[in-house]
Amino acid sequence: MRPDTETQVAEAIRDATGPLSITGGGTRLWPDEGQGARLDMTGLSGITLYEPEALTLVVRAGTPLAEVNQTLAAEGQMLGFEPSALEGSTIGGVAAANASGPRRVLSGAARDALIGVRFVDGQGQVVRNGGRVMKNVTGYDLVKLMAGSRGTLGALTELSFRTTPLPQACTTLQLADLDPAMAVPALSEALGGPFDVSAAAWHPAHGTLIRLEGLAASVASRAAALSDRLGGFGTVTQMQGNPWPQLEPAAAGGDLWRIICRPSEAAALLSRLPVPLSLDWGGALIHVCLPQGSLPDLPRFSGHARRIRGDGPAILPAPHPVAARIERDLRARFDPRGIFQGTH
Amino acid sequence: MMQMPQPDASVLAHRDAIVARLRDALPDAVIDDPAETRAYECDALSAYRCTPLAVVLPQTTRQVSRLLALCHDMQVPVVPRGAGTSLAGGSMPTADSVVIGLSRMTQVLEVSPQDRLIRVQAGRTNLSVSTAVEGLGFFYAPDPSSQLACAIGGNIAMNSGGAHCLKYGVTTNNLLGVTMVLMDGSVVELGGPMGESGGLDLLGVICGSEGQMGIVTEATLRILPRPAGARPVLIGFDSSESAGACVAAIIRAGVIPVAIEFMDRPCIRATEEHAKAGYPDCEALLIVEVEGTAPEIDEQLSLIRDIAQGFDPVEFRESRSEDEARRIWLGRKSAFGAMGQLGDYICLDGTIPVTALPKVLAGIGDLSQQYGMTVANVFHAGDGNMHPLIIYDANTPGDLDKAEAIGADIMRLCVQVGGCLTGEHGVGIEKRDLMGVQFDPPDLEAQMRVKDAFDPHWLLNAAKVFPLGVSAPRRERRLNSKAPDAA
Repeated sequence: MRPDTETQVAEAIRDATGPLSITGGGTRLWPDEGQGARLDMTGLSGITLYEPEALTLVVRAGTPLAEVNQTLAAEGQMLGFEPSALEGSTIGGVAAANASGPRRVLSGAARDALIGVRFVDGQGQVVRNGGRVMKNVTGYDLVKLMAGSRGTLGALTELSFRTTPLPQACTTLQLADLDPAMAVPALSEALGGPFDVSAAAWHPAHGTLIRLEGLAASVASRAAALSDRLGGFGTVTQMQGNPWPQLEPAAAGGDLWRIICRPSEAAALLSRLPVPLSLDWGGALIHVCLPQGSLPDLPRFSGHARRIRGDGPAILPAPHPVAARIERDLRARFDPRGIFQGTH
Repeated sequence: MMQMPQPDASVLAHRDAIVARLRDALPDAVIDDPAETRAYECDALSAYRCTPLAVVLPQTTRQVSRLLALCHDMQVPVVPRGAGTSLAGGSMPTADSVVIGLSRMTQVLEVSPQDRLIRVQAGRTNLSVSTAVEGLGFFYAPDPSSQLACAIGGNIAMNSGGAHCLKYGVTTNNLLGVTMVLMDGSVVELGGPMGESGGLDLLGVICGSEGQMGIVTEATLRILPRPAGARPVLIGFDSSESAGACVAAIIRAGVIPVAIEFMDRPCIRATEEHAKAGYPDCEALLIVEVEGTAPEIDEQLSLIRDIAQGFDPVEFRESRSEDEARRIWLGRKSAFGAMGQLGDYICLDGTIPVTALPKVLAGIGDLSQQYGMTVANVFHAGDGNMHPLIIYDANTPGDLDKAEAIGADIMRLCVQVGGCLTGEHGVGIEKRDLMGVQFDPPDLEAQMRVKDAFDPHWLLNAAKVFPLGVSAPRRERRLNSKAPDAA
């Protein structure tokens, strides 16, 4: 099914007799997702409203992310968050996965820039929440609930985002020689100072990476001050080129795991894991490849680890029973027939 | 006038037994002497008052859990209360309710500069969170104007904002996790590192749920490194339209100041009389603040100066010292106090698309003439969050009704141009019955389903947020199914 309008999406959902997989670009499926009949959202495409001076974009969910980025760039702007870069993603898929890239440490996640949604729930009912203004506490914030709900509560049809000016200048500082566990204190040092760090990561090919963006003179002065501050961690150089798209882990042999932790917990976790594919968000996000079907043996920590590609769904530790009960309850209320495929 | 539902007669009838059970559970924490419970009869929306059945002031999550389990068992409604600074009636009690107040829960539980977070008990005041991390070079960004008094738990309930949201976002963007007690007494941790749990974003949906889903007892908050410096400029204009257009032009040019504040002539005149900040006597003024090191500030301010020149400012005042910066902010910060000198007031807070600013200001001017009421405007212009202040006299019969009527018209205007009823104060009882202006029935139904999952009996702060007629079937289900001797 490839509906072209919200009304058709609602009809398709009302008429569904078995499981449906709401799909955008299909670039971020987790194990066991995408098993139902495909409800292809790419027919709902195009920008509904764009007001650069109000920093507001309203866009249909099936619009390619690339088209969104292009439209904004033509006006000197970008999305108010940095989507994690994948070829072929739709904006709706990015929102449904809360897919947030390196700039999260400064500007927040997709859910922070998402200010309004329209969606069709499991009974084919159209629901609006939020709007097109960035400060809005009118009623419950279902926008956040929908962001990252991975098509388990409803089919997103239209989204409003906060936009932000494209930075005039950008530079990446590099500390080539730190291992991942040693990189985290350096990243914390950078993120803990007045430098407006817009990305802080570690990558096996590049080492420790810190990005600064903004007005040209400001970037230069912050780069100098930050290099000075990080002197104790090794030689700081300004990197040529743009390593940031490589933070999104590529397919590799085995299962791909995504671990969210406090940066202060990263070293203990890393000591139990093979060399990671990347660290991002100052050490709060670890991507690592593990042998197929295996589970990592991790010490107690405050976040969670999830297998996002490979051999079946897995999450550690098991979700809190009360939170799990509420989630089940919410799914049952938004999708009483249980037709939206999801894995949790 | 706002209506409240009839109190539950069976709860009122069992008042003494209910108080006895509460006191049995927490001997030193229960207040039921009417002379003392009266202190809790209202919040900052002081036109509406109701003394609760009892007030309990617990000190720990475990105590809150015990209290809620008890109230759940007795089917007694509960109204959570932070510091009672809500402008929307969010913590106004009902006669059949037990108020659970957070005022004794003020501890700092953990500070981690490496993780850039602080964990506090939810009764701690907003400003004292920043104070606790000041020495480490950090601050907590959301800064509602009540920050000296308001509690973090209340901030989370209302998703509070402040003057610096344009750069730092509101509470939901700075909240990483909570410990919350549900109405049945069960305790749940929501959120996690980066605010992420492994599943649905329940943290995102409880933030701003106005105390209707649970009582937050502990919160983990993101703290940010303090900027090297900040400097405001004051720009005066001979028309509100020029000021509004200047805001749009600054944003369009790619500069995002930390704050852009707007004041109109009635507001400027009132604050001048009160605070004597030396503001120019003009139609509208902007206070624009930028942050960074001295060269960064200079770079941004020179851009802003160039842009402002295009709108024929009657004044462009820079601050060259701490004292001059303080004087620029002085009038803005005393604006609400100054308005209080003019009379009683209702403060609205609808948000509009920045592009609709001239139209909405003109519309408010027309309504003000039509109703013969003074409306002064002081607001966060960068994010479109208006604060029209409607001046009235509480002692003149009918004046409050008239003020509420023009307020409702202004809120309708905000929604009509693509905005919303409330940007940071919340719905509470104040805007409850206008929710139908912004939402269709299925939109409200979807929201109420979420409350059903957290509080199936609708015992928590139930007569708020949703129009009474809309929530009635859910609220009354409990009463209808209740055994006569339930308490």
